[in-house]
Amino acid sequence: MRWIWIDKFTEFESGKRAVAVKNVTLAEEHLHDHFPGFPVMPECLCIEAMAQTAGILVGEAKNFQEKVILAKIKKAVFFDYVKPGDTLSLEAKIESITAEAASTTGKITCGEKAIAEIDLMFSHIDRNIGGKEFPDENFVFTDTFKSLMRGVVFSEPD
Amino acid sequence: MTMSRDEIFRKVQEVLVDALGLDDDEVTAQATLMGDLGAESIDFLDIVFRLEKAFGFKIPREELFPIENMMSNPEFVNNGKMTEAGLAEIEKKMPHTDFGDFANDPDINKLGNLFTVNSIVNYVESKMASNV
Repeated sequence: MRWIWIDKFTEFESGKRAVAVKNVTLAEEHLHDHFPGFPVMPECLCIEAMAQTAGILVGEAKNFQEKVILAKIKKAVFFDYVKPGDTLSLEAKIESITAEAASTTGKITCGEKAIAEIDLMFSHIDRNIGGKEFPDENFVFTDTFKSLMRGVVFSEPD
Repeated sequence: MTMSRDEIFRKVQEVLVDALGLDDDEVTAQATLMGDLGAESIDFLDIVFRLEKAFGFKIPREELFPIENMMSNPEFVNNGKMTEAGLAEIEKKMPHTDFGDFANDPDINKLGNLFTVNSIVNYVESKMASNV
């Protein structure tokens, strides 16, 4: 199984931009420890949510034929805390995409409030410069992952 | 648009400062990207994307950092050293590079030293001249 950290896509323009939603709940156990009495979403998990949003956008641009791996966090700047009950909107845009890699820019907001700006680089790892080989099976884009996009990119099942 | 070499250098410097998280004064003309500035393979792609944006032209794969496909070819690389044929090939493919004394000891581990800030400035300069 894959760990899915966003809830759904609300907008999806193939090869250009996507907007995903992540609902934050106190049922997420790490919030009990981060921090006791002051639950805030760890910033690394905000980056993970953006990596999934942007990573799926990059994957869809090549019809999920490439294995898209987060390769570099170019920028991650945070402006405010994320608390239980917040609904995050994650907007990712593709800045450049080539056969080997892609770079994206991203903004996280909560209502009108700016939460973070996160710019990332992804590698299409089968085309890595080092010439390393990976299994044929696409372990990045499994069916569970693709189901996130039902109704936005794929049509709803009848 | 014409730019002086100094203007090109400053723009390249800015790209490298942003891409590699450095201070301005670390990015000297002679600095090597991998050895001195700590660039890794994914950084090279990041740098290409940023240069395209900064200078407004496309950089075809292999033009700026063309060696990757040569490494697995025994005609070009033998026993960790670049062969005569390999040396001739990289000199042809990388006209903007100062090879210095690399030919005397063409150890492929030293290839990274060929990519200097200056070689990027040379590349951009020749690219801009050919686009005019």
